[in-house]
Formats: sequence, structure tokens, C-alpha cells
Amino acid sequence: MTDNNSEQHAIDTSTIQKIARLARMDIQPEREQALCGELSTIISWVEQLGECDTADVEPLASVTGHSLPMRDDVVTAGNEPDVVLSNAPEEASHFFVVPKVIE
Amino acid sequence: MSDILSMTAVAARQALDNKTISAVELTEAYIKAADDTADNNAYVLRTSDKAMEMAKASDKRLAKGEAGLLEGIPVGVKDMFCTKGVETTASSAILKGFVPPYESTVTENLWQDGAVMLGKINCDEFAMGSANETSAFGAVTNPWTASEGPLQGKALTPGGSSGGSAAAMAARSTLLAPGTDTGGSIRQPAAFCGLVGMKPTYGRCSRRGIVAFASSLDQAGPITRDVADCALMMTSMSSYDSGDSTSIDAPLPDLMDAFATAKNKGIKGMRIGIPDEYTVDGMPDQIASLWDTGRKWLEDAGAVCVPVSLPHTQYALPAYYIIAPAEASSNLARYDGVRYGQRVDGASLDDMYAKTRGAGFGDEVKRRILIGTYVLSAGYYDAYYIKAQKVRRLIQNDFTNVFADVDALLTPSTPSAAFALGDESKDPLSMFLNDVFTVPANLAGIPAISVPAGLSSDGLPLGLQLIAPSLREDTLIKGAAILESAAGFDHVASGAAS
Amino acid sequence: MTDIATPPATSPLVEGRTGQWEVVIGLEVHAQVSSQAKLFSGASATFGAGPNEHVSLVDAAMPGMLPVINRFCVEQAVKTGLGLNAEINLFSVFDRKNYFYADLPQGYQISQFKQPIVGEGSITITLADGTTRDIGIERLHLEQDAGKSMHDQHPTKSYIDLNRSGVALMEIVSRPDMHSAEEAAAYVTKLRSILRFLGTCDGNMEQGSMRADCNVSVRRPGAELGTRTETKNLNSIRFIAQAINSEVARQIEVIEDGGTIHQETRLFDTSTGQTRPMRSKEDAHDYRYFPDPDLLPLELDAAWVEHLRQNLPELPDALRQRLTDEFGLSAYDAALISEDRQTAAWYEAAAAGRDAKLVANWMAVELFGALNRMGLDLADSPVTPDQLGQLVDRISDGTISGRIAKDVFAFMLESGDDPDQVIEAKGFKQVSDTGAIEAMIDTVMAENTDKVDEYRGGKDKLFGFFVGQVMKASKGQANPGVVNDLLRQKLDG
Ligand SMILES: [Mg+2]
Ligand SMILES: [Zn+2]
Repeated sequence: MTDNNSEQHAIDTSTIQKIARLARMDIQPEREQALCGELSTIISWVEQLGECDTADVEPLASVTGHSLPMRDDVVTAGNEPDVVLSNAPEEASHFFVVPKVIE
Repeated sequence: MSDILSMTAVAARQALDNKTISAVELTEAYIKAADDTADNNAYVLRTSDKAMEMAKASDKRLAKGEAGLLEGIPVGVKDMFCTKGVETTASSAILKGFVPPYESTVTENLWQDGAVMLGKINCDEFAMGSANETSAFGAVTNPWTASEGPLQGKALTPGGSSGGSAAAMAARSTLLAPGTDTGGSIRQPAAFCGLVGMKPTYGRCSRRGIVAFASSLDQAGPITRDVADCALMMTSMSSYDSGDSTSIDAPLPDLMDAFATAKNKGIKGMRIGIPDEYTVDGMPDQIASLWDTGRKWLEDAGAVCVPVSLPHTQYALPAYYIIAPAEASSNLARYDGVRYGQRVDGASLDDMYAKTRGAGFGDEVKRRILIGTYVLSAGYYDAYYIKAQKVRRLIQNDFTNVFADVDALLTPSTPSAAFALGDESKDPLSMFLNDVFTVPANLAGIPAISVPAGLSSDGLPLGLQLIAPSLREDTLIKGAAILESAAGFDHVASGAAS
Repeated sequence: MTDIATPPATSPLVEGRTGQWEVVIGLEVHAQVSSQAKLFSGASATFGAGPNEHVSLVDAAMPGMLPVINRFCVEQAVKTGLGLNAEINLFSVFDRKNYFYADLPQGYQISQFKQPIVGEGSITITLADGTTRDIGIERLHLEQDAGKSMHDQHPTKSYIDLNRSGVALMEIVSRPDMHSAEEAAAYVTKLRSILRFLGTCDGNMEQGSMRADCNVSVRRPGAELGTRTETKNLNSIRFIAQAINSEVARQIEVIEDGGTIHQETRLFDTSTGQTRPMRSKEDAHDYRYFPDPDLLPLELDAAWVEHLRQNLPELPDALRQRLTDEFGLSAYDAALISEDRQTAAWYEAAAAGRDAKLVANWMAVELFGALNRMGLDLADSPVTPDQLGQLVDRISDGTISGRIAKDVFAFMLESGDDPDQVIEAKGFKQVSDTGAIEAMIDTVMAENTDKVDEYRGGKDKLFGFFVGQVMKASKGQANPGVVNDLLRQKLDG
């Protein structure tokens, strides 16, 4: 992770396709090449973190320093399928509907 | 009419209490102001009928002596806040048509206190941007214009992502504006538009019902015309919410009292750190000198200013641009065309997902989803995500260390004044650099405020930022009150309604 | 599952065409926490609602709606960990497991990856031959269930119901310590009985509140671990055994034919009894786990965990030990009665203060036999524990004989009456009056003088004949002991 070997981390079109697939997000073919450049620039820029000594440093995921608050085991929600489905692009008899999935 | 629009929220509340104006009059004035300034594209949805109803209800409560903290005060709501029965899109095509069957906790707090909803306000798509240019509703224009120099005659950005909120405030088409700040999205637009903007301590304002961008960084806060309004609005917005696991169960200091104390007694003995590392390459002279002036203002009010060091500051921005996209890539997975929002049909489920998301997200959002997916993916997680989290701890430690010695830090809010629309959007990296002074407070979860402090040589607003330890919003209000009265900033944007 | 398990000395081997194979099995069991509400929302976690009725705005992944954890679910996970003799982690973290699927509304499942709530433990299984083995538990973590997709309601559409979305699951991961379908079945049986004793999961596999994913591989004895496949979502112990056997046979055949096993997810087809690859999971997995920023680390108080440990109910192993030690039951009866807590409780109520062995016998043979014929669960038994106990009392105090007791029991099953009522009403009372029995013996001897002579001439076997005749004369109500004694006196005297 240093600037001089950022070439190695350059993002190519096959990487773009792979992560776009993981993100279930179509990328227009004419955008692919430009995205390679944009993402490579950003990725090599963030790689300056490599200069920062983080030996023996614990990763920080949450800043509050508190423990997780808990709720009681009481039913307080639900029983309003019409509300839950009110924004659905497609529904049938209280089900969400999607193209057929073959397991 | 112009008298009404020039009142701050605190002044308007007094006028309402004194019956010199009614909530209906106040609301009508703002509805007209929004009509008159519609060209700036700040609003994405106007709810004028609802506003009039709410104003009438406010007048009834005022008459009965049951007025709330924000009774009758018109508010334009950033489109990141879900509003019950009112379309909420996060300025994204993928959420067009989404009508939440629930209200965000923050906006619920405002309505509970009697505020009046004028409508929904433009922002960067999913709050990702620093110029309000990534919105599916198009860019917002800053009501401020350059009086001279190379930017003269050009349409300027209001900043982002709360660009529409800041533009509406500067245009006086709303009196208060709740924003959200993930890396500077309240403070930078506030600075660009001559307003006060506060990002509170992480957890002060509930995230429940706010469309998530990066959950560990997102925090709602007020954008107001002055510091007293900020104290007032913050008091209403913040609450402990058992519906948000990261909400803080600690009482908010009395901010109105803090404001009054600073105005009356100054800030004698307050220790202010001036971080060495915020002197960045290529910082314009006028920003450096404004920063220095700000230091003198605080000293004149009795503060002691000392140089301090936050050695990991330079790593804040790259760490942020790993953590925020990583969380965003996961937070935005729910926009899949199944339960709400826009769907593009596909031959299979996966095809439907890819088409829906491909069509629904704009370029900047896609770019960040791709980066986030990449840095979390197998083989890269430790090198990028874990590394960034370690750096995040070092940044938090830096603040903890300096706050052992000082009460607050003074820095510029932004490295420049507002720039021309379209100028930086081609280069994502230069856009990121807008957040260089604001991002560290988000990473550390600590509160910060931007106060208008002067005009650039081009006649554009510039802000100064104060950063305080966790839970010390009162310190921010005190310092900001001093900066505000010393700066005497009373300029009004050329594009403001009158 | 990277560790190479040391096979027991007796690890059963499978005979292939080209030699012997060793089977290595690890199980991931998903057990639904018996809670009212879901893991991170206030929607009901119970079965049997209409589509999308048990769904909150959090479960439907509405924008901005946030998870808040259910305290009861955390407690059940800790109790289960204690019941599995496992280490409880006082600090654990919830992660997001990111993938797209129609029944996963958030686009991620909240689970625990690097730091689960429960660490290593072990349970003891008992095999058919009575031998026991320890099976290692790698971890237990809390996670959300997904919703349900229905594929056969429409020719080109799938229907999605989110009622299950967000229901609390405990995923219990074993070490790859099992080597046959029998061991796997014994493991799941034991695990289910522990969960039921703890009350943390109802163990109802038909309703899906307990499901197993089976990781199976084969190797030459002593060789490196082979490539494993994962057969998902098996919802009965019989299917688990069938799936493992068919998967073992398939893998051996593939390898012996010169092929290779691919690491893949498979489904079990109950109609064919075979496994097949799951088409919808063809994509390479890259779950991009990271700590859920909507949640904070889960920190448990050591004293609270200790309190739970002190107050754990008796578990199957301890109960079985007690049944053999204190009640003197046979290993078989003890195992049967300790399989679930309801059976054990029923037994203990029936056996209190009585001939515990006899009660066990009656329960195992007569009661279970009858319930089986009637198609009833123990909970629906027409005979109460107290009634069975009273019946055994009447045998012990000589009021009725063991044989008559069976007739009394039949009436009890039919009517639900107490044994004393049946005995009284039907005149089943045993005759122990020596005068009456002597009179009957005299009559029998007078009617069979030839047999008396033969007996006295040395034909000892005829004694049984006289007993039978006297019992018949008493319509079965004579006390057999008294009959024996008096007969011997009269015949031998
Ligand atoms: Mg599994
Ligand atoms: Zn699982």
C-alpha cells in the first residue's frame, strides 16, 4: 500500500465487472473504461494510508463507546401488511412479487 | 413582508408570542418566498397546503398559550428525512414515488414542538456529494454570487450534500433547515451560504427514519441563520431514541443558556487549540488570515489559544473514503426494486436487480457503491477497511489527547469559498478535498459547528469551524456566539427573497 | 471447518469399489429462539400468520428503520451456550453478511462472524449400541432468519413473504467430528433434547424451528480432508440421515470414477432421496462481512452469566444419571424418559414416592404402547401421571395383580377414570382371603383327583395346572402369591 506500487492495484474492466456483479448493478459498457480510471485514482489515493503506522492499533467500528441497548421481548409491531406493501412495485394477495427464482 | 423574512427563528417565536404576527402570516411569507426563489431548485417537493394547515393549528395553540419551542416556525426538510405520507427520495431516481408510512424521529420532534413543514429539500443523491450536483432533481444554485473576480456572473454551488437546505436558508425560503452531515454535509454548505451549521455528537439526534448513507458517520443537525437559532433548533431536534441503538442517553446541555452566558460574560479561561495540521497546502491567504482573525476574536473574549497537534489529520480523508463507501455499499443494497421505489423489469431476479440499480443510481452513487464493494471484498478487507478503521482510532485518539488540554479547536470550515457549479464534478478527488476540515469530526463522532465569519475578496461567505469533545455542544455554542458577534456577519445573499 | 478431526479408533468406514472411505461430517444447526418478538424488531416471531402480517418496518428494510436487539434472545443464546458446556464470550459483535436474495430485504443478514456470543463447547451423543462419543461445538452465534420465497404460485413469478424475516436463530456449528449418518442423527437428537430441556428452542423440525446444514466429505482413512459439500435446510432427522448417506455414496462414486468433488451448496430432494446442486447459489460467495454500524458491541455482565449458569434447568445427561442412580432405572428406560423434559416431568410426577422402576416399566411399555396405537402425544394422554402412579400403587399393595392391572389400565385409557374407580366398578379387586381361596382349591382338587395323584406321584409340572385352574375359578382375581402358597401346602401336605 504505497504510492509507488499503486499500479498493481489499478482497477481493470474485469474487476469493475466483478464488483458490479457483486453489487447487482448494471454499468453501461461505455462507462466501464472511465470507471477504471476513476476508481484506480481513488484507490491509489486512499492507499496513502499505507504510510500510517497502525501496528498494535485496534480497529474502531463504533465511536460511542457504549454497549448495545436491548429491547424487551414484546410484540409491538406488525399486523399491517397493507402498510408494509403500500410502496411495492408489484404485489399479489399480500405477497411481494419478483421474477421467478429457480432454486 | 421583508420584515417578516428577515426575522430569525428566535425573533419570529417572540413575534408569534407577542401576536405581532401569526403563524399563518409567517408561513404564507415563506411559501411566497419559495415561489419567488424557485429558480434555485432548492425544493424538490412543496407541501404548501399541509404547511397552511399546520400554521393554522399553531395559531390555535398560540392563542391557547400552548405553544411549543418551535411553534409556527417554517421548516424545509432535507429529502433524507422520511416524512409520513410525503414522498421521500433522498434525491435519487431509485426512490421516486416512495411515500414513507412513518416519520423520522428528528422531524417528529420538530412537529411535536410546533414547527410547520414547507416541503422537501434537494440534496446530493443519498447525501453523496459536496456540491449538490449529484441530485436526480438537478443541481441547486447558491443564492450568493461573486461580486467580482473570476466567479463573477457564474452560478455557484451551495455546497453539499445539504446544498438545497443551505440554499433555501440563504434564499430565505425557509426559516430553519434540518440537515444531515456524514463528512461535512451540514457545515460545508452552511459555510458556502453564510449560515450556521452544527453537526452534533454522534448519537445526539436519532438516525431513525433518516435514509442511511454511512451509518457510523451520519448525524443530523441544524442549519440556521444564527447561533441562537442553532441552539433553539438543536434543543428540539435532539432526543434519546430507543429505536436507534446508537442513540445517546445523555441530557443535552442547556444550549440557550450557554448562548446567553457567552454573550453576557464572554468565554474567559476557555482554552482553544489551533491545530497545526489544518494548515494545508494551497490554502488561500484569505482563509488563513480569517482563521487568524478568528483566533484573535476568541482571545479578545477571554479565551486562551494554544497551538496543538493532531498528527493523523492527513489520513482522515482517505480513511473516510474507505469507511463511508463501505457502509454505503451495504446500506444501499436494500434499493432493489422489490418493496418500494422504482423497478426496471428483468428476465430473472438478478437481472431485475441489476437493471433497477443500474438505472436508479446516479454516477457518484454508483462509484461509491463500487468502491465500497471493492474495499470489503475478499482479499481487500484487511488492507483497506480494517486499515481505515485503525486509522480512525488514531484520529479519535488525537482528539482525545488534545481535549485533555483544550476545550475546543478552531479551524477553517472549508479550504475555499463556494465554487462554480460544474467546476469540480468532473474530478471526484478534488471534490473529496472539500471535506478536509470537516471529516475528522465525523470519524471521531464529536460535535462541530461552522459559523459565518466574513466574506472572501469575491464577496462570498467564509466560515470558521469549532470542534468540541463528545457531548459538549454547549462549548460550541459559546465559542460560536463569540465568533458571531465579533464577525458581525450581516450580509444577505443577492438571491434572497425579499 | 479447516481442522482435521482425529477419527475415533472405531471410526466406521464405508466400502467403495476401490477400497475403504472415511466420512467426515460437520453440522450447522439453525435453531429458532423461542421468543415472542423477532431478534431486532417488535414484530411477532410466531408461526401461522397470513403473508407479511408479522412484518415490521424494520423487517421490510424500510429506509432509515433500525435494528434494536431483543434481550430475551440474547439470554436464550447464553443459556444454550451454557447447556452446550461452551465458553460464553462477554464481548461479541454483530456483522452484516452481504448478499442479494429476494427474501433478504436489507441485502444483508445481521449475523455474528468474527466474534460470536458463544465459543467452543461439546456434547455427548449415545449410539444405538449404547456407546457414547463427545462431539465438539465450534461456536454458537445469533443471527436473523430470512423471509420465504414461494415459487409455485405463478408460472413466471416468485412470491415473497417476510414473516420469517428477522426471526432470531441460534446457529450452532459442530466440529467435523461425525463419521456416519447415525452419529449425525444422534447429534441432532441430543442437541434437540438439550434445547428443549433449556426451553430455548421448541425443536420443532417440521415447522422449521430447527434445521440442519450438513457438510459432508469423504477421504481415504487417515488422508487429508476431502472437498466438502453443504446440503442445506434439512428439516427432519430422517432426511439428515438420508441426505448424508446419498451424498456419501455420490461423492465416493464421483471420485472412484476419476472425477472431483466441487465445494458447493446442495439441496435434498425428499421425493428422490438424493441431493442436487442448488442453482440459485452458483455465484462465488463474497459476503463482505463487516461490523454492523447500526449496532454496538454486545457486552455481557459476567455476574449475569453466572446467575444464568446457576439457574440452568437439569439437562438430559444429568437427568439420565439421576434416573439410573436414584431411581435404579435401566439404561434403556432412563434414555427414553430423559429424551425430553415433558416426558421426564410426567415420569417424575408419576413415580414420586412409589416403585419408580415399576412406574418406568409401565410408562415405557404400556403407556407409550397405548399412546402410539392411539396416535396421541404424551401431553394428550387420557391417563394422568397421578393415575398411573395409583395403578402402580394398587399392584404394589396387592389390591390387583400385574395382569389384572393391564385390564384396569385399558378401562382407564377409555374412560379417564381413576384406577380405584375402575377396580371398584368392574370388581377387579384381588382376592387374598385365604378362606375363600382354600375353598376354591378344595373344589379344584376334588374335581381333579387323578391329577392330584399324578402330582403326588412325582409329576411336579402339574403344579402350574392347579394354579391356572384356581385362578380361573377366581376369575383372575385371586392373589397369585396366596394361591401358590396354599396350593403347595395342600398338595404337598
Ligand atoms: Mg450455513
Ligand atoms: Zn446461519
